[in-house]
Amino acid sequence: MNLPYWIQDLLVALALGVAFLLLWLAGKSDRYERQRRRFLRDKVGLVSLFVVTLFLAICAADLLLLPQYNNDGFHLSLLDWCFQKVPQETSYSAPLAWVDAKGAPLNGRHLLGTDALGSDVLLETLKACRTALLIGSLTSLIYIPIGVLLGIIAGYFRGWVDDLIQFVYSTVASIPVILLLVSILVVIGKGIPQITLALGLTSWIGLCRLLRGESMRQAGRQYCEAARALGQGSWKIITRHLLPNMMHLVVINFVLGFSGIVLTESILSYIGVGVPIGTASWGIMIDSARTELNREPSVWWNLAAASSALFLLVLALNLLGDALRKAFDPKAA
Amino acid sequence: MLNYVIRRLFYMVPIIFCVMVITFFLFFGLVNVETMARTQLPPRASQAAIENWLHQRHYDKPLYLNMPGVQRYQAGQPFYDSLFFANIYDLATFNFGDSLATNRHIVTMFKEGAIPSLLVTAPAFFLSLVLAVSFSLFLVYVRASKLDAVGTIFCVMLMSIPVIVYVIICQWVLGNLLRYFPAYGFSLHGFDAARFLALPIAVLILNELGSDTRLYRAIFLEEVRADYVRTASAKGLSPQVALFKHVLKNGMINIITLTVAALPTLILGTLVLEDFFGIPGLGSLSLTSIRTTDYTVVRAVTYAGSLLYLLGLLLTDICYALVDPRIKLK
Repeated sequence: MNLPYWIQDLLVALALGVAFLLLWLAGKSDRYERQRRRFLRDKVGLVSLFVVTLFLAICAADLLLLPQYNNDGFHLSLLDWCFQKVPQETSYSAPLAWVDAKGAPLNGRHLLGTDALGSDVLLETLKACRTALLIGSLTSLIYIPIGVLLGIIAGYFRGWVDDLIQFVYSTVASIPVILLLVSILVVIGKGIPQITLALGLTSWIGLCRLLRGESMRQAGRQYCEAARALGQGSWKIITRHLLPNMMHLVVINFVLGFSGIVLTESILSYIGVGVPIGTASWGIMIDSARTELNREPSVWWNLAAASSALFLLVLALNLLGDALRKAFDPKAA
Repeated sequence: MLNYVIRRLFYMVPIIFCVMVITFFLFFGLVNVETMARTQLPPRASQAAIENWLHQRHYDKPLYLNMPGVQRYQAGQPFYDSLFFANIYDLATFNFGDSLATNRHIVTMFKEGAIPSLLVTAPAFFLSLVLAVSFSLFLVYVRASKLDAVGTIFCVMLMSIPVIVYVIICQWVLGNLLRYFPAYGFSLHGFDAARFLALPIAVLILNELGSDTRLYRAIFLEEVRADYVRTASAKGLSPQVALFKHVLKNGMINIITLTVAALPTLILGTLVLEDFFGIPGLGSLSLTSIRTTDYTVVRAVTYAGSLLYLLGLLLTDICYALVDPRIKLK
């Protein structure tokens, strides 16, 4: 694709803008007044929100392209530009070492050492944020609309619609997730779009099931019956009454599901159907540690960097999801 | 009760049929049989060799229907003499055929792999159940305290580490550096087996402990808030007795109904773990066949996996019916 580089910048800015606008609107609205106050009191939640935002910022920095080129003729991203001064080495070197694994002097010092190709591990780890967050958010963009739509429709209309949707998700759920993912990926090939599609097609079931039950409960409540008695159409009731009353479940599921997707990506990379080789990915970095640890002296910094970054992101997402759940439903937590 | 079970079984028939169709579509519809032959035959195999390979495995049939005009149409054969119908028939009669890569009977491979898989997953399942229940009961006992908060965050931490990292670190530290356990391999002879199995079982427990504990804690908390506990406390029962006699028993009903669904799938083993520790179970079998694009084995594992999952659902339903007398009337 020969699109000008700034189109990507524009898209990233747009996506971030929309995300922040939504957050701001949700934070401002009176509807969530109490929940917001409860969330702001939760220190763990605030810290994890900060960490997640940090990861997002790193991801955005790697997505923003600058009008400069690197040695291979690709556009530099903002993140690459920040690391421009970091020299390239030829092989492994330990964190902050003066010489590399073969004893040759290094061109510079590296905070987290270098990997097999001599690239800076810190930069690789940060670049892998982009892969993880991109896969997580694109997958969520696929599975959340499917799950929300099918779940609410099934719970609201019941009858044969419910039977059909239940049948579809029981069938998909009955096939072992990893095997289904692998089968799809073996057939359609490797790559970020393919992984996104495969994960999107398999992750909607939990959300669908949750929202089906919840909308069954809500549809029997008086406010829904009142709306129906006043002559509001089904579509209006779903979008105006049911969806806003279940939005918090969607958000919590999104945050917790995101961490699950990031973890699954690392397993898929290990199996060999993950992102293509050459993409910066924590899964690939962790996978390569199997042989690296057995070298003499053992190369542990690659594994340590990738797994700490992965751990930090997943932990922050899980804690954020918990904090949100506590804010919305203090009794359940 | 029997009526109920039979009815549930009938509900599963369309699902099983759909799973068959999906697996067929994935492994035959999307992958051309000739491509399948080429992945197994040496590179630059002649067309005749490919045709011969297809013929040996009865893959030289039309894909969906044996009709004039379709590829590989066979005149004189009935319309249902196609890959699709043969596939459905094979899966329904558990005739999985031979592995593409090793030419061995898949059913025999399954029988060989089931025991090593079960030796890892079954002890891990029961041990982690016991550990998670005790840990979550402890958290419920100290509920709404600093200790509870720390314990919950610890659980989230356990959940946030990918299984691969657990495996690599345990294998490297305990196996390679300290040499407490063999890092790789498998044996079926008494004490030796235990030495090989200890590490994978420990990793599996670690991997599940966090999420299980949190789930059980939520279940027990639900019970603690119930009226019968308040009554018991009002009558002067100590918190310990109320917790261990009443809450534990009632909570266990929910927990057992939840976990019983996982019982049949234990036989499938664990995909990544077995491969890492060199345990010749069904998990590493499926991983090897994924890597060698051995479609028949992957298809068979996928199909067997969904059957076992459905069996788990049936067990859950039966458990619910046993526990809750209202369900039988439906």
